[in-house]
Amino acid sequence: MRSLTFRGGVHPPERKELAKDSKIEHFDDPSRVFVFLSNHAGLPAKPLVKPGDRVKTGQKIAETGGTVSASLHAPVTGEVLEIGKAYHPVSLKPDQAIVIERKGEDDWVLMEPAGSFRDFSAEELIKRVKEAGIVGLGGAMFPTHVKLSPPEDRPIDTLVINGAECEPYLTIDDRMMQEHGRDIAKGIQALMRVLGVKKAVIGIEKNKPESIAAMRNAVKDTSVEVSAVKTKYPQGAEKQLIYSVLKQTVPSGGLPMDVGVVVQNVSTAFAVYEAVELGKPLIERGLTVTGECVKAPKNIIARIGTMASEIIDRAGGFDEDQLDRLVFGGPMMGLAVPKLDVPIVKGSSGLTLLSKSSASAKEEFACIRCGTCVVACPMFLEPYLIYLYTSRRRYEPAVELGLLDCIDCGACSYSCPAGIELVKSFVLAKKVYRSLKKGAKG
Amino acid sequence: MNLSTAAAPHIRTRDDVRKIMLDVIIALVPATAFAVYLFGLKALVLILTCVVSAEAFEFFIMRFMRAKKEFRPDGSASVTGLLLGLNLSLAIVWWQAILGIVVAIGIAKHIFGGLGKNFWNPALIGRVFLVTSFPVHMTTWLTPFDLQTTATPLMELKESITQGGAAVTGATSTGSYSISEMFLGRIPGSIGEVSALLLLIGFAYLVIRKRIKIPVPAAFVGSVLLISWLFYLVNPLYGHPLYHIFGGGLMIGALFMATDMVTSPMTLKGQLIFGCGCGGITMLIRYFGGFPEGVSFAILIMNALVPLVDIFSRRKIFGAVKSNA
Repeated sequence: MRSLTFRGGVHPPERKELAKDSKIEHFDDPSRVFVFLSNHAGLPAKPLVKPGDRVKTGQKIAETGGTVSASLHAPVTGEVLEIGKAYHPVSLKPDQAIVIERKGEDDWVLMEPAGSFRDFSAEELIKRVKEAGIVGLGGAMFPTHVKLSPPEDRPIDTLVINGAECEPYLTIDDRMMQEHGRDIAKGIQALMRVLGVKKAVIGIEKNKPESIAAMRNAVKDTSVEVSAVKTKYPQGAEKQLIYSVLKQTVPSGGLPMDVGVVVQNVSTAFAVYEAVELGKPLIERGLTVTGECVKAPKNIIARIGTMASEIIDRAGGFDEDQLDRLVFGGPMMGLAVPKLDVPIVKGSSGLTLLSKSSASAKEEFACIRCGTCVVACPMFLEPYLIYLYTSRRRYEPAVELGLLDCIDCGACSYSCPAGIELVKSFVLAKKVYRSLKKGAKG
Repeated sequence: MNLSTAAAPHIRTRDDVRKIMLDVIIALVPATAFAVYLFGLKALVLILTCVVSAEAFEFFIMRFMRAKKEFRPDGSASVTGLLLGLNLSLAIVWWQAILGIVVAIGIAKHIFGGLGKNFWNPALIGRVFLVTSFPVHMTTWLTPFDLQTTATPLMELKESITQGGAAVTGATSTGSYSISEMFLGRIPGSIGEVSALLLLIGFAYLVIRKRIKIPVPAAFVGSVLLISWLFYLVNPLYGHPLYHIFGGGLMIGALFMATDMVTSPMTLKGQLIFGCGCGGITMLIRYFGGFPEGVSFAILIMNALVPLVDIFSRRKIFGAVKSNA
């Protein structure tokens, strides 16, 4: 049998043992939350509250700011202090956020009606997903209701559920599947109903046998399949996962819907379940607090907008002498922030506190043309060659060589024995090229 | 508290260029030790002369001529020195070896910009310089242990091809050495090229450590095998295929010289083209050229073509409709 995987990729140390056996804990009482108006890809949400307003947990506090946008809900019961600024963990600069001080226990506002997904029509379900402010929880934060509404000329026949969790260190999806398998299965079926598809496949890396067993058990009376895929980074990248489980190739420059596929993360499926069957909007998410510098690595469900510093305290604090960096997300694609007082957003799947020895900077050598990056690239690019151009700010030839096909996975930089910052150069070059092109258009 | 905000990925492979160079040196230890056993202390002195002078000359160039104050030796000069040393004839004198190193490191490597920038394998440029400058020394071959002047297996074969077989003896219609003697290495030849077995052991180490572009030697040896087998079928005077593979510089060339990362192509397709080109040119020279051996020239010619081969053998991007070449 052909093994379920893609060509290329790398095998970084997994380090999942740090947190994989710790049961998900709830952290429901942050002192304050900072809910960014940009808690999703696309346009920022428009606030519906003003300083001094009392808000209840789950109450809508901002509405969608356009077609590609998502609404926001109060993560705690309390008082709006201000619409101020906080350091955003994705844009990496201060950004507008609704600041709410928690006052007392949760007083919930739930969405009505709530009940079995079978009692909802496809239209009602998609409306609920939008109403709940659900976005892609794998990290991209793309509004889920938009992803679930592909254009007419892109018929969807398969839903792929991403349970690969290929990022080293992170274990939250693994724990979610083990502890909430049945709920995730309901969320998946709700998503299938929205898309009108009969086929759904959950892709899970083989290093999570408990999750594979849990999900197989959870979907046994449904048409949902579970695929055990090879443990290899970036198995959880959309195009790679689609190839691994369906042997279908998303065209260059295209989207999964071009091959009739929509991909959703397991945590997103869980959020859909909660919105539909419990009436809960997306006000919290699971994330892994991990890394060599955390005293007690664990998986925590925390309210959106909670400061990383407060969450890290819940994991026993950290080793100040050894801490090199705090990464929002996993170590391969996550972003390092300059301080601990940074609030989490809907796409924060982990807080990884790396030690000086695990994240040490590499000595940089000249490229010795070893070819490692060429073998590692899951998009079959030739990173060394593209880098020759991007490092000289020559964007057109880099684009001709496939720069825009780069998925930012970092397999090239990870594996480069010369320590060359390949993907960093590509990310920057793409940004500059796109803005130059926009400028040229007018 | 100062937190690093360096770019992703935040973890990196523990590999680095220095470790790669060290692995290449480790892979050549068996062949080197055997050379000392066969040819005595002079072999060791020559090899060490090459390694030490290569590192010293590179250090001099980097620190003083190119004024790179932070330069720390990366081991690549040692690899060049070791490879040149193993490719010398035992008849070479120490100062000639140093001259070869100056050409290898100075001209073949640093004129083009140093590590990673050179077109030609520096050790081979050094060797070819010595062959053309000191042809008598570089083609005086000595028998193992008793060090008597003699002909190499491929020289015997060349004579057989040009003179119609007068010099060829033995049932295999090859020369005076058996295939197993050549495989094990009890034959005259360049200091480090003689034992195919030990070179293969070193190669296996590099394969296990994932330090080598495997398609290059596969295509190189494969094409030599195919070509020599076809010629052998037509006329046994052209020499038994295994004679071509084990009797001269092919093993060290295919396993350790053609696979030099800097001077070989980057894609699978390119590496296959490169290896086949090396094999084809080697056999052309051996059959129809003026030298008994052709590996060095074949690799250098293909080195020069690598930029073109790289362009010709671009990979098709995942999901691309047509080739991006």
